[in-house]
Amino acid sequence: MSLEIILRSGLSTGTILLFAAIGEILTELAGIQNLGVEGMMLLGAMAAFKTALATGSPWLGLLAGIAAGGLLSLAHALVTIHFQADQVVSGLSLTFLGTGLALVLGEGLTGQNAPLISNATIPLLSKIPWLGRIFFADLNILVYIGYLLIPISWWYINKTRPGMHLRAVGEKPAAADSLGINVYGVRYLYTFVGGCLAGLAGAAISIAISPGWYSNLTTSGQGWIAVALVIFAQWNPLRAALGGYLFGMLRRFMLDLQGPMLLFGLRNPFFYNHNLVFFLQMMPFVLTIIALVWGSASARRLRIGAPAALGIPYVRGERG
Amino acid sequence: MRVIYQKELMTTTPQLRPLHEEQTNAVEMRDIVLRFPGVLANDHVNFTLRRGEIHALLGENGAGKSTLMNILAGLYKPETGTIRINGEHAVLNSPRDAISRGVGMVHQHFMLVPTHTVTENILLGLDDPGFVMRLPRYDQKVAELADKYGLKVQPTAKIWQLSVGEQQRVEILKTLYRGAQILILDEPTAVLAPQEIQELMETLRLMVREGKSIVFISHKLNEVKQVADRLTVLRKGKVTADGINLEDVNKETLAELMVGRKVIFQLSKKPHTPGEVVLDVQNVSALNNRGLPALKNISFRLRQGEILGIAGIAGNGQSELAEVITGLRPCQGRILVNCTDVANQPPKRAIDQGTAHIPEDRTGVGTAPGMALTGNMIMKTYDRAPISQKWRISYTAAREFASNLKEKYDIQAPSLSTQVNKLSGGNLQKVILAREISGGPKLIVAVQPTRGLDVGAIEGIQNLLLEQRDNDSAVLLISEELDELLDLSDRIAVIYEGELVGEFPAEEADLKTIGLMMTGELRRQE
Repeated sequence: MSLEIILRSGLSTGTILLFAAIGEILTELAGIQNLGVEGMMLLGAMAAFKTALATGSPWLGLLAGIAAGGLLSLAHALVTIHFQADQVVSGLSLTFLGTGLALVLGEGLTGQNAPLISNATIPLLSKIPWLGRIFFADLNILVYIGYLLIPISWWYINKTRPGMHLRAVGEKPAAADSLGINVYGVRYLYTFVGGCLAGLAGAAISIAISPGWYSNLTTSGQGWIAVALVIFAQWNPLRAALGGYLFGMLRRFMLDLQGPMLLFGLRNPFFYNHNLVFFLQMMPFVLTIIALVWGSASARRLRIGAPAALGIPYVRGERG
Repeated sequence: MRVIYQKELMTTTPQLRPLHEEQTNAVEMRDIVLRFPGVLANDHVNFTLRRGEIHALLGENGAGKSTLMNILAGLYKPETGTIRINGEHAVLNSPRDAISRGVGMVHQHFMLVPTHTVTENILLGLDDPGFVMRLPRYDQKVAELADKYGLKVQPTAKIWQLSVGEQQRVEILKTLYRGAQILILDEPTAVLAPQEIQELMETLRLMVREGKSIVFISHKLNEVKQVADRLTVLRKGKVTADGINLEDVNKETLAELMVGRKVIFQLSKKPHTPGEVVLDVQNVSALNNRGLPALKNISFRLRQGEILGIAGIAGNGQSELAEVITGLRPCQGRILVNCTDVANQPPKRAIDQGTAHIPEDRTGVGTAPGMALTGNMIMKTYDRAPISQKWRISYTAAREFASNLKEKYDIQAPSLSTQVNKLSGGNLQKVILAREISGGPKLIVAVQPTRGLDVGAIEGIQNLLLEQRDNDSAVLLISEELDELLDLSDRIAVIYEGELVGEFPAEEADLKTIGLMMTGELRRQE
């Protein structure tokens, strides 16, 4: 159990949360809450694994995972944007739908070996003493893509015209509409983009970071943590990245705790008593709740809130 | 009366028209029909806006004024009818089409994104800043435009940091930035202090001098007389006066065109001697919902048979003041109603001391909108005989009670089982008043009792309040309508940033002093 391993492992597993959380941030900034992240991730993971197995190309697998997440999210978009159904109900149903589809279509994949997206070392940056070895050496290519996604998504949201339109649609759709912005179009687009990123997150599990298909244990609730992370991150990709990596590190730390016979010179209770391990497995979710409470308290203080129109269907000309 | 009037118009207006029509008409709308579920919002409406004029569009709430202008702004599509803008036939499928033809609209409920900056709001939906926005450059452009029209506003400020008056300037800048030649203002003065209204009028005159044309939607007769050149009146979706000159009509005629019957502008306010102190507010301070001080050490007294008007611009502590008195908000200090301290007590304590509350938020606080008339009427008396029979509610008694009130207060509703959210604003307010006043209250706390109501309903509600005063109730009237305060109050106090900054007997009050106090520029030392 060394600091270096925990940090590196945190970057890897954190990347999964990062993709899903940034996707959900984009969706929610447009005013659509999609609680189906877990379902989209699992479907993405299955599609990526199955395609990589069938075609022999992990990159085609990755595309299939992205497409699967994106397609599933369109169901949510149709129901909530077009038919103005309740977003919470639709999102929860989407989780069931995605999970069910993934389990049925993923029948028989367990134990197979699909071609994987490989690890890589960044030439110059990896030469930086200590930091280079942790951040830029022998990590999965998707981790590096995650590094790039963080600043790009932040810049896109805050500094570009489409980003401004996105925020306007989530804050005050009537204002955006009155200036000729297609509110429904923007909401469809970012629900889809969010789904694609959730699919990517799923694919990052099954064919890159912790490879294999283990039915619904493949995602093991990470989609839910990503949804919570969005609130903790106050809809800011930079904070989402920080939170994602932190959670990744914690997960690794919990795993490592179960390994050694001695912990700080004492008998390790987690090694000798397997019932206590359930507490460790519970910890990410307990921490999620704590982070949520703490995060929303600080958000209130700083007057940062959810996008004002989050969860509210937009109907032109409806009198408020 | 109305019929004669329309005949006059038919004979006078066509004589004027052929001379100017081609060059001068900025907008011509003909035979516009638009139906909403259950309502004919615009029934064959004609509307003509000449170039370089301020044209008032007058009518009660729900008369179809905003609907008509939303059609011109491209938000709604009419079922039938034609629109010509600058003489050209125009099909407006979206707001974008209207903007490209030079039509800009400032909506009554501002269409601004609160978390964006002024500049971002102005640029929203435009193609000009490319994919990457370099905001500082546009901040400069916005500042220049604001300067030109005397619309003072900080381009980098976020909308939520601005006062309502400033937000309105942003809305106007938004249309000017888009090169609007035809500007529609939907009830622009409803939210402004007297000085701000004067500034707005200056800006409008400046724009008209530049050749822009302005539609000014309003239901306030005084204002319309002050600013507009011509006017069109709508009632229940129909035009009752089409583009008449303002000199040709007086206020009484206009009111009749709007309401469809005579409206008496004189309120029957008789001299009345105040009695004992009913409400004694002593050194009260309270926080608002954001945890910031909303009331700072406020003290005042209110006597039987007296109306104390609280003047102030929205958000200066008025709502919080009403809430601490009615027990809805914790505070420091003492609030005595009939010598009983009701501060920090459950609302029931204030109610038991004879407090009636006419809240600002009629559907959120004043009524349970999804409940029937009967249920809403008995909300204060349900726990007393005859409606309450031990643990049971007698619906026979409840219906009788509600039916009496409905008749007495002339509430227009299909039946007692009608949900109150189906009622018009005026009738909904009457439901609240009936419930609150019927118990013979000692103290009435009325917040914005006539806001958003039409001329006819306002008259009725104001008279009810005066009647209560003459019955020796004490009335605390919190309003943003200065005319209303001057008409009804015996004394007027001005609230600014949570402090009472001045108080006058109503006879001595003048609009200018009150206006300066409302904006914090003047304060009377006591």
